[in-house]
Amino acid sequence: MSGRYRILLPVISLAVLLAAVFYLQPRAMSYFGLNLLFNLAVPIALATIAQMMIIMVNDIDLSIGTFVSFSACVTATFLNDTPLLGAAILIAAILAYAAIGALIHLRELPAIVVTLGMSFVWGGVAVLLLPSPGGAAPGWIRTLMTVKPPLVPMAVVACVLIAGVTHVLIMRSSTGTLLRAVGGNTKAVARSGWSVMKLKAGAYALAGVFGVLSGMCLVGLTTSADANIALRYTLLSIAGVILGGGEFTGGKVSPVGAVIGALTLALAGSFLSFMRLSPDWQIGAQGAILILVLAVRLVFSRRGRKWKGAENG
Amino acid sequence: MELATGAGALKPDAPLVALSDARVHFGAVRALDGVSLTISPGECVGLIGHNGAGKSTAVNVINGGLTPTGGSVSYVMEDGSQGTGAVAARAAGIRSVFQELSLCPNLTVLENLRIPHRDLTGFGWRKTAAQRISKALGELFPGHRIEPGMAVGDLTLAERQMVEIAAGFAEGATPARLVILDEPTSSLDASIARQLLAHVRRFCSSGGAVIFISHMLGEVFEVATRIDVMKDGKIIDSRPASGFTQQSLIDAMGHVASEKTDVRAAVEAGDRIGEEVLSTPEGLSARRGEIVGLAGLAGHGQAEALARFFMSRSGALSKVRTPDVAFVAGDRGRDGVMPLWSILRNLTLTHLPSLVRNGLIDRDAEARLGADWKARIGIRTDNMNNPILSLSGGNQQKALFARALASTAPIVVMDDPMRGVDVGTKQEAYELVRREAESGRTFLWYSTETEEVCQCDRVFVFRNGLISAELTGAAINEENILAASFEMQGAAE
Repeated sequence: MSGRYRILLPVISLAVLLAAVFYLQPRAMSYFGLNLLFNLAVPIALATIAQMMIIMVNDIDLSIGTFVSFSACVTATFLNDTPLLGAAILIAAILAYAAIGALIHLRELPAIVVTLGMSFVWGGVAVLLLPSPGGAAPGWIRTLMTVKPPLVPMAVVACVLIAGVTHVLIMRSSTGTLLRAVGGNTKAVARSGWSVMKLKAGAYALAGVFGVLSGMCLVGLTTSADANIALRYTLLSIAGVILGGGEFTGGKVSPVGAVIGALTLALAGSFLSFMRLSPDWQIGAQGAILILVLAVRLVFSRRGRKWKGAENG
Repeated sequence: MELATGAGALKPDAPLVALSDARVHFGAVRALDGVSLTISPGECVGLIGHNGAGKSTAVNVINGGLTPTGGSVSYVMEDGSQGTGAVAARAAGIRSVFQELSLCPNLTVLENLRIPHRDLTGFGWRKTAAQRISKALGELFPGHRIEPGMAVGDLTLAERQMVEIAAGFAEGATPARLVILDEPTSSLDASIARQLLAHVRRFCSSGGAVIFISHMLGEVFEVATRIDVMKDGKIIDSRPASGFTQQSLIDAMGHVASEKTDVRAAVEAGDRIGEEVLSTPEGLSARRGEIVGLAGLAGHGQAEALARFFMSRSGALSKVRTPDVAFVAGDRGRDGVMPLWSILRNLTLTHLPSLVRNGLIDRDAEARLGADWKARIGIRTDNMNNPILSLSGGNQQKALFARALASTAPIVVMDDPMRGVDVGTKQEAYELVRREAESGRTFLWYSTETEEVCQCDRVFVFRNGLISAELTGAAINEENILAASFEMQGAAE
């Protein structure tokens, strides 16, 4: 029962926000309007999925923003100029993510500290790669991101695809179940003879994969990169996971919810622009929307608990 | 892994598991001190013992989770081959149902089966898992209302335990041949417990084996074919169940040296104890100057009862300066020490309101108070400004005692405060408690050690969250406490 509510709230908040945007700007209700509203949400959705992988195993990743920036820089330079080397670098970065996960588990380090430290590493490497904004998007990524499918714009198709694939991967597959079990009860998993280190490294590697995809998408949309291009993704992705019905501990995550959460956050920015709110106020107003949604969720979960308590006597 | 002779020609009485002289030492602590036992198909072994007797360690050695530091454990597979280690234990069909719940609340019932069942992979694994768990639940607990798709977090405690037990018996890649049940009925009601006992008997008569650990002696007698009694990491008695009576079982578990009784306070209890100062709805009561013990097996509601009482009497702002109750923590890391603070700061924490002058802390008065208590209680340090973690566990505990006793609170609540404290410090602390009681303080003392409980004037024994007995004076002895801790009646016939 509580599981059903969990996905309902992000859907409702997205619908309400979308309705408000359409009311303010009816012209957004078109193929191009929707694409414009949501195309920058695709990399945010991917980064949110990456963050979700980490939150799923009870950790948190403060380096995802700089990691996406780093991937974007690699995509705009090496992947464009020497594709093989570029791909090798990105794969090495994913392996580094897995190694960080293993290290955090083995040395029992707080993930928040390690990833905060890593955020400076990724940020530094990104600046070394691209000291000033520049580079160019590889043609095939550019083509992919500007493709115009019939009826539904690319951004919507991409988001549905991301949500579907990650839902099967995390919620339905047996490996995904095991990964969520690590978040739910690490001890039980270890007791059954599984290597928690390998599982955690796997979750981190998945986060790395989606972080890299996010960076590639971003470059495909913006056509060039910058070392600071995705810094705000760190907080956006955490907010997106929570907005989508995830919780910081206990392995309670929802990939579909996370994608919807990311869309809601991206839409909140557009909504505020349509309201002609000065950009100075936008970050604060975005925060206010977030607090509002989370407050509603708290009320729901409180009431749910009360009902459950009554049922149990 | 070595192959035994005559694979396939398994004798009917060949054991499933054989422990020979298994030892587990954690530093100086001997959790398991040379245990030899064998378990054969068709046997149901009741494992009985007081807290810390080594039952859980024995279980972990048998299921391969813990490698013994000495001796050997070997498993016999279905095909007759032998092996050692956790992988062999799984292959031999050894399953454990643990006392504390080991399900993932964020997963559904069927998803939880994925964790122990490694063969649940690939397309359609959910269907297989759902079939397995439904079948097991249906066999064990007919009439249950658990769907495989329900999230475990939404189930009641009893339902979770049912799922866990069912997972232990469920068919898998290797069938269950020995199921270890550690306190399986602790949160089940009587009718469900009966269903479980009936299934255990069925399982054993069809060639399976069960290790059954329970504090409900009636249940143990009902299912066990053999009862092993553990104490201090050893099996001290092992007989067919018919060879024991409930009384002889309690006698076998007991017998802690009882020469400690003469260290009791010289002051007559009658002179010291005054009027009643507290009584709680659940029946806990204490009088002025009385040392009241809370006994029973660990985790039966004693700590919760203390916490409830403490919370009800503290927390109000007006109580900060003149507290009603002071608390001595047993779990020092969790609710005792401030790890980054000095000994002095840790000690004066609850006393700060009386050390305030003009809104600031009077450092000199604080240092005087610290020095005073250092001398009175004998904290072994040359400088009270050293960090608290520089002290040994026993001395940290002394600082916590001083923290509580330095306050003016007339009632002191102690939550198993002697955990991990050396014998010398314990004796000093007993002395201190008696002295303070003589000067009119009331103590509520939860302890898992019978020796400490025997220091009290009155003892409440807890079982399943309720007070099962109140003992006073000469009636406070290990035998009575044990008898009240364990369920004497069988599950209603």
